[in-house]
Amino acid sequence: MLKDRQNRQPAHEADSIHRTLIMLDTLEQHARRAAGRLPATARHWSVRGVREYSEQLSVRQDVAEAPQRAHENGAMVTVIDGGLGYAATSDLSEPGLAAAFERAHALARASAGRTVIDYERIAQPAASGRYASLVERPASSAALPEKLGWLRDVCAAAGGDARIVDRHATLWNVKTEQLQFTSDGARTEQRWEFMTPSVQVTAHADGVTQVRSSAGQYNGFCQQGGIEVLERARFRESEGPRVAREALQLVTAAACPSGTFDLILMPDQMMLQIHESIGHPLELDRILGDERNFAGTSFVTLDMFGHYQYGSELLNVSFDPGQEHEFAGFAFDDDGTPAERALLIERGLLKRPLGGSLSQARAQAQGFEVGGVATTRSSSWNRAPIDRMSNLNVEPGDSSLEQMISGTELGVVMQTNCSWSIDDSRNKFQFGCEYARMVRGGRLAEVVRNPNYRGISATFWRSLAMVGNSETVAVMGTPFCGKGEPSQVIRVGHASPACKFSNVDVFGGAQ
Amino acid sequence: MIGGIHGTAYTDPVAFETLADAVLRVDPSVDRTSLWLRAEASDFLRFNHAALRQATSVQQAHVTLAVERGQRRAESTLTLGGEPALDVQRLRSERELLLSQLDLISDDPWLSYPKTATHSHRDDRGALPEAGHVIALVHELAGVKLEQDLVGFYAGGPVAHAFADSLGSRHWHRVESFHFDWCLYHRADKAVKTSYAGTRWDDAAFAAKLEEAARRMPLLARDVRTLQAGAYRAAFCASAMVELLGTLGWSGFSLKARRTGVSSLMRLERGEATFDAGFNLDEAVALGTAPAFTAEGFVRPVRVALVEAGKLPASGGTLNSPRSAAEYGVAANGVGAQESPEALRLGPGSIAQADLLSALDTGLYVSNLWYLNYSDRQACRMTGMTRYACFWVEGGKLVAPVNVMRFDDDALRLFGSGLVGLTDTPEVTPNSDTYGARLLGSVTTPAAVVEGFRLTL
Repeated sequence: MLKDRQNRQPAHEADSIHRTLIMLDTLEQHARRAAGRLPATARHWSVRGVREYSEQLSVRQDVAEAPQRAHENGAMVTVIDGGLGYAATSDLSEPGLAAAFERAHALARASAGRTVIDYERIAQPAASGRYASLVERPASSAALPEKLGWLRDVCAAAGGDARIVDRHATLWNVKTEQLQFTSDGARTEQRWEFMTPSVQVTAHADGVTQVRSSAGQYNGFCQQGGIEVLERARFRESEGPRVAREALQLVTAAACPSGTFDLILMPDQMMLQIHESIGHPLELDRILGDERNFAGTSFVTLDMFGHYQYGSELLNVSFDPGQEHEFAGFAFDDDGTPAERALLIERGLLKRPLGGSLSQARAQAQGFEVGGVATTRSSSWNRAPIDRMSNLNVEPGDSSLEQMISGTELGVVMQTNCSWSIDDSRNKFQFGCEYARMVRGGRLAEVVRNPNYRGISATFWRSLAMVGNSETVAVMGTPFCGKGEPSQVIRVGHASPACKFSNVDVFGGAQ
Repeated sequence: MIGGIHGTAYTDPVAFETLADAVLRVDPSVDRTSLWLRAEASDFLRFNHAALRQATSVQQAHVTLAVERGQRRAESTLTLGGEPALDVQRLRSERELLLSQLDLISDDPWLSYPKTATHSHRDDRGALPEAGHVIALVHELAGVKLEQDLVGFYAGGPVAHAFADSLGSRHWHRVESFHFDWCLYHRADKAVKTSYAGTRWDDAAFAAKLEEAARRMPLLARDVRTLQAGAYRAAFCASAMVELLGTLGWSGFSLKARRTGVSSLMRLERGEATFDAGFNLDEAVALGTAPAFTAEGFVRPVRVALVEAGKLPASGGTLNSPRSAAEYGVAANGVGAQESPEALRLGPGSIAQADLLSALDTGLYVSNLWYLNYSDRQACRMTGMTRYACFWVEGGKLVAPVNVMRFDDDALRLFGSGLVGLTDTPEVTPNSDTYGARLLGSVTTPAAVVEGFRLTL
């Protein structure tokens, strides 16, 4: 099957894809020759080459720190022969790749008959096609002094008050190219550009210190695209003054009160709520037990799909790899399976897990036809793919933010995650936010600091009382989702409207 | 290790020395050019239900190339391919680009880097198993003989860090080690977690640890108890202490965090709270597996005192990166930009290790904690979950496994007025993190008994 999304990018970007992927073609030539040395018993092989360039710029306290560039270049070789073996190498010469094939083959043979499933019986994806991020103005179109100048301006705009003790503006740009090809003739080319702007301010007054950031201290505003992402973030336009103003509000604010309140979560906290208490529990490899030694298990079991009421009827959750600009969009997962949008939860009902073709086959072998989506991914060339979240979104409803607030007699509006903790089974959680405002008598009231709330996933989503309309939606994400053994940090996207939950256990900090 | 390595393996000191000699030529246009290497040749094996889930061999080398002139620095990190001529060519080309960047950036008044040459060399060779041997052992011992639901992860092979600069500095640090940690699952989230780590693999030692873990499994079959929210006397095993101390290390000791007021130990800094007088904490690089040099080529001190007799030492008890040290006018003490500990050590107490349960008497025995974070960082208030094999204890005897519970507590109080005592035999726990690369580091800690551990949900 040919899957081609090249029509999604401007013409000059398509030319650029062609040029850069030609560089990976030497990998393909070398690898195909190296693969020719495998014994005839080898049933299948694949090679996934990754080339990545990143640039991190930072201005703190109006001082530009040393620019940091990074180039990643390597390949993961997979061989199935009795068992399955992976070998990663940064030596992309023909002898280097031949050595990797040899190591992968040796691991495949050593594991034959001792694996969780007979890998030889798993059908391998055979799709071909391309994907590229939609990029209007690549980061490379701006020179280094220009980008540092933007950061200086943002950092300076976040100052101007003696109570502000630390200011920091950063810009992180990544370009990634991936070429994957297999012994069956499948061939996929994908190219991404990612942009992550951030500004963070620390304010201190009368013994109280507070940190406020543009979208989270771990980069919640991150999208695919180029310099235009900064405009969508309003980064240069207004983020410095806004973050500084809110930091100063927080140091003079009262602590968040404790009690059972209605809770309105804005998209930059919803993304964390979705991530921890829907995304991770629905990962099929966790449900199958792979992560029990590290990232944990799941309260969700294979028999729940199709009839478990995960949340209220207002809850609709989608896997959407094609969502424009969202951080973890792609056309093929790292097993090579074409990716399509699907609802995982519909009207509150659990329908399918986050599991790729291998995990689906393993569930099937246990007697469960749970379905899944193409979301088997790896963090880079040096890690084998596993089930991950990608773009995991809550679908918008029909309530305006004003309706949510006016319908709340006593409640809290929370923004921007700063603390997260959840149990092994992804059930008992406790999350903290940077910024909150009380709602009293249907109106926004005072700012409060150190807001936290806790709950249990299995019941929390059933308290979903209102879902914001499309005007409340923000496309968020994080570059830092950790999981796996060996561990992998991967990019995920979460688009969400504001949402209102009833009767939530809210509390403040100690100060 | 399986298979051969083509070309140059940068886990070999000669290969790095050759690369450094070719790239770090004297250039009067800059003050210094440097290379910081991280290389490994690792076998990664993950198991589920005592069967192999994934087997991966990773051979990788990353080098950070930096140029410094006056108060300006530019740096770039590259993967090395293993063909020496090509790697040298790429590094020379990248260096030219970095030199051009120096003209485009402004002076950094807080930039600091070594001005003289230093040297160190550590090369610990081990005896590691073939990947296929570990796969077979797990299958035969855990799967066939013991019939256990083992889920676990083996990582082994050489890890090398090295540094060289144009001033003549040369540092080499190589460790050949393995780390295998696994859970034997009873059901749901109830499991016994064990680890076996070292530099010389021994089949009999591995089998003994596996069999000891299996002998503990019947305890998990007892009726489970659910605790109510409230304050409990508790015993933390060393593995739980690693989580608590690791969270303290997340901003707690950072000079920058202290000076900007966001450290979790601000109340200790301001004299508003103290740890117990028996609480002594230091960063002890010399005792662990972390390199004795930093990414910038600074030599790390053998020991940095962080807490002495429950209070901050006269030196301040902070970890000072070169940049923060310049900014705040103090001496650097050999940590990276993150100012996080890599070899944290909590001193021993007086409770005999074998008497931990009797010292607890009645309360909660915590084998493992999970997913710790701050619920109020400036107040040193932490939250997290109990995990795996935690038990209710009465009269010094394990009575019943307990369901997982959330805690939310003030770590300064917990190890201050709440500390009953520490055991007399600290355990070394190697850092088993593998994010991007196998990390070198450790936490050394005894077990602890505390009063009033606050469970919330």
